[in-house]
Amino acid sequence: MSGWPAILLPWAFSPLLVALLLGAAIAYLRGLRRAGPGEAVSLVRRSGFWSGLALVYVVMHTGVDYLSQHMFYIHRLQHLVLHHLAAFLLALSRPQAVIARGLPGRLHARLLTPAWRHPLTQAAYRALQNGLVAPLLFVGLIFFWLEPEVHFYAMLSGPLYQIMNWSMLLDGLLFWFLMLDPRSRSEGALIGLGPRIGLLLAATVPQIMLGAHIALAPDDLFGVYAVCGRAWAISPLEDQQLGGLVTWIPAAMMHVVGALIVIGYWMRADARAAKLPTRRQAG
Amino acid sequence: MTTTLGGRWRAALLALLVASCGGGEPWHAKNVQGIIPDLAFDMTSDEGREVHAADVRGEVVLLFFGYTHCPDVCPTTLARLAGAIRAMGDKGRRVRILFVTVDPARDPPALLHGYVKAFSPQATGLRGSTAQLDALSRRYRVAYGRDAADQHGDYAVSHSSAVFVFDAEGRARLLIQPELGAADIAADLARLVGGA
Repeated sequence: MSGWPAILLPWAFSPLLVALLLGAAIAYLRGLRRAGPGEAVSLVRRSGFWSGLALVYVVMHTGVDYLSQHMFYIHRLQHLVLHHLAAFLLALSRPQAVIARGLPGRLHARLLTPAWRHPLTQAAYRALQNGLVAPLLFVGLIFFWLEPEVHFYAMLSGPLYQIMNWSMLLDGLLFWFLMLDPRSRSEGALIGLGPRIGLLLAATVPQIMLGAHIALAPDDLFGVYAVCGRAWAISPLEDQQLGGLVTWIPAAMMHVVGALIVIGYWMRADARAAKLPTRRQAG
Repeated sequence: MTTTLGGRWRAALLALLVASCGGGEPWHAKNVQGIIPDLAFDMTSDEGREVHAADVRGEVVLLFFGYTHCPDVCPTTLARLAGAIRAMGDKGRRVRILFVTVDPARDPPALLHGYVKAFSPQATGLRGSTAQLDALSRRYRVAYGRDAADQHGDYAVSHSSAVFVFDAEGRARLLIQPELGAADIAADLARLVGGA
């Protein structure tokens, strides 16, 4: 531990976060070990899972979280990781089957499976996970937490701050698991591969507008950082411009990368549908 | 740009906040009741005594972070708060400014005492160990950071610009931001003193 950079040490201990991440990591490891023939998980998918998990830990549980409370642009980077990057990597790694295999049998069979198959869970999942609500929720949450008055209170109140960050992570997971499903509509995906490409690209437009609006604003929109003090000396406008650029460019880039991946899935699904031998193994 | 998507949520959230705050006439300063934790601290006063929140029960407390070498924000803020307290007349004696130094190394008790009393007799300077100061700044989610020293060894300390206002029972009530004038501050404080 002593060799660690100080910034990676826990800032505010969260038992919930540690339990969830540790539980997911252990279940994943056990699931990998129990993989039967034909259930091997590629290195790319495994790397996606571990890096996604590590990123969530770093931005939510270390000194990065402290800096995110006191620097607008680092807060924007934190949300970029929670909403766009870690959630993206976790979805790309499709860990559901591995984690399910690694969970204690009784917990899985008696609690999680019935809870997941419950009509209420399924109804709620379908109400959120469709081509209209999912992108609206994804973009709407970004706008909501960046509304200056809401942002002010979210940064001032410990509980509201936690709600903000968890909502970004959970919504990011919902969105990217929906978008990065390699199956086509006929194979069981909730939205077809073609429509998803359109949705991914369309969702960049409001984010680019919001990012540009913040980056080019002539005055300080988020006074709470002056109220609480910035982590180091930087002019409020410079901080805000950097934060606007983070909201604007890398966020939109993640959507383009997502769209390219879905195009790849689409071509493979077409090949499967035509019963042509695929040149490369999926996944 | 207005946020049409967040608009309804914002209204709902603010309605919730206002409901939890009891509504009533709006304040000049920002209402933070229920948002910021109640007053609690464990520090040493500028006269060397240990001070806790219980010692200032019964007084409206203005909690403020700064340091005596501070070039602009601290003296102007202290002057505004002192002006507001003077304008309140007798009621001003039930208001206490707690000025927490974020630079205890350069703010020994005597210097701190002289500095705050120069602004107002109702002001008390507070010092703490690094651990005490960290606990307080964590509780109120404020940051302070020491910048690099210049060739004379002088350095600036970045810190929170806001004044946290607690009522006589130690509940967080208001947040005074730098743009709020002394008359508005006095009006809000008189309401807190009178109503409590």
